[in-house]
Amino acid sequence: MIDSLYLAWRYIVFNRKKTITLITCISLITFLPFALKALLSESEHQLMSRAATTPLLVGAKGNSLDLVMNSLYFSKEEPDFITMKSADEIIDSGLALPIPLYTRFQAREYPIVGTSLDYFEFRHYKIEQGRAFAMLGECLIGADVASKLNLSIGDSILSSPENLFDLAGIYPLKMVITGVLEKTNSADDKAVFVDLKTAWVIQGLGHGHQDVKKMEEAGAIVNQSKNLVTASSKVKQYTEINTDNLESFHFHGDPSIYPLTAIITIPQDDKSATILRGRYLSDQQDQQIVRPKEVIEDLLGNIFRIKDFIDGVVLVVAIAMILAVMLVFSLSLRLRQKEINTIFHLGCSRATVVQLIAAEILIIVLASGILCYLSLLVLQHYQENIVHTLFIS
Amino acid sequence: MINIDSLSFSYGRDGFQLSIPQLTINETEKIAIIGPSGSGKTSLLKLISGILLPQKGSISINNVIINQFSDAERRDYRISNVGFIFQDFELLEYLDTQDNILHPYRITRALTLNPEVRTRANNLAKEMGIQSKMKSLTNTLSQGEKQRTAICRAMLPKPKLILADEATGNLDPNNKTRILDALFRSTDKQKATLIAVTHDHELLGRFDRVIDFKDYCLLDAA
Repeated sequence: MIDSLYLAWRYIVFNRKKTITLITCISLITFLPFALKALLSESEHQLMSRAATTPLLVGAKGNSLDLVMNSLYFSKEEPDFITMKSADEIIDSGLALPIPLYTRFQAREYPIVGTSLDYFEFRHYKIEQGRAFAMLGECLIGADVASKLNLSIGDSILSSPENLFDLAGIYPLKMVITGVLEKTNSADDKAVFVDLKTAWVIQGLGHGHQDVKKMEEAGAIVNQSKNLVTASSKVKQYTEINTDNLESFHFHGDPSIYPLTAIITIPQDDKSATILRGRYLSDQQDQQIVRPKEVIEDLLGNIFRIKDFIDGVVLVVAIAMILAVMLVFSLSLRLRQKEINTIFHLGCSRATVVQLIAAEILIIVLASGILCYLSLLVLQHYQENIVHTLFIS
Repeated sequence: MINIDSLSFSYGRDGFQLSIPQLTINETEKIAIIGPSGSGKTSLLKLISGILLPQKGSISINNVIINQFSDAERRDYRISNVGFIFQDFELLEYLDTQDNILHPYRITRALTLNPEVRTRANNLAKEMGIQSKMKSLTNTLSQGEKQRTAICRAMLPKPKLILADEATGNLDPNNKTRILDALFRSTDKQKATLIAVTHDHELLGRFDRVIDFKDYCLLDAA
């Protein structure tokens, strides 16, 4: 057998281009169904594990999938806003604990998640380094953000302006990193967490500036009445919050109408959940309450229906490929008839010729298997990101 | 001793018919076969080696009729006793010279590839003047070098019967003499019988006997 393998190896090396093409084709057709299965399994895991641990989600009426994807995976599909009043109503009902989320902004392409400290307790997260945000302008970053951007405690990160050419728009806020979350293998690894108020400051609902009264002599006041002071552009607005200017930060308007993208709602018990869900059934209600698990199950149902179709296509392609490979081998045998005759003429048996060809097939199949396995290892390394890009981002 | 009796063979096409009423070849005899193309010279070599089977008659070697052997027996007989130098060399293009020479040892259990065989292969190659080409693929060899490689492959298992189909056909005069000398030397050394098909009438004087297939008459070497 070793001699057969040696001769087969020499033949394969001599016909390396043909062999490489053959190996690539076989590997590819073997790789495809495994890759598809691995990606779907990973997507199911990523989507479902998070959805299953989030009991209820309140958001604006509209596409429930967008609401879930944005709230659980911080996808870029932004649902309509609800207000802080909705969270207050849930607290007042005594049926559930609300965890508000505001995910409109980004910092260096990573989502900024405005929330409360309850979020980390709800997800059972530990802070690997430092501490959670405590003051306005502080942030806690996910493990991937820290490693990819090479950031650690004491560094700062700027929020990204929504539109570079909008001079009157939202200005970037420099946020100080107070902690890094442990690796969670979820969307939280790729997020920058801030207090809701910090998110509202980024939006401009809250701001800090020099004391206008102290700038009166410098001509900073344009107009002044009993209740209203109009200042000129001489008054400096702060783009960074620190202990020196913290006192100057303030919010305008009624905080109950400040925006949220969703509220994670943790009911006291099943009964509370049912009562709460009932309150959002009215047609007049401009909000919806969803079970993320049900929404993701619907999504996965569609994905798996597509997967069944793709499996069918792959099967047909695989059959065609196997037939093509058989044709290649049979044509190759015909082309090698002279060589086979030589081997017979020298005194070799048919069994040895079969053994020689079997050795070639074995090497090709083995090489294809190894290539397929290595490709699957590479896929396994990147599948989390691929799934995130394909199904979440 | 090879004895051919009432042999009749045809390919069943083109009206080709080979008929040999009686032919005896003695041990260690060196026979040259001449004749026009298509007269059946190569077919006779293939019949003697057991590659082809006659429709009628018999071929016996040392009183054993080989055309009554089974396929497997004929293969074993061929690989153990016959060294065949094919007209178009029949070398494998994906093997280098060394592997082509050693090829019979890799395709049958009847022969064992060991260091002694490798040394003998190197010596044979040296004798044939192709030692420097041992690691060259056969498609990079000249016709003469391919010829010598084919001769080495046939001689290596020390066969008792050497069948050479135009063994010197592609060689220049110098190499022709050198190769024939080597072939005769090896034949003598192994006390083997040599049956060589040739068109080269200059060489006929070196054989013990010449068989002319034109009319199947036996000619004296002298």
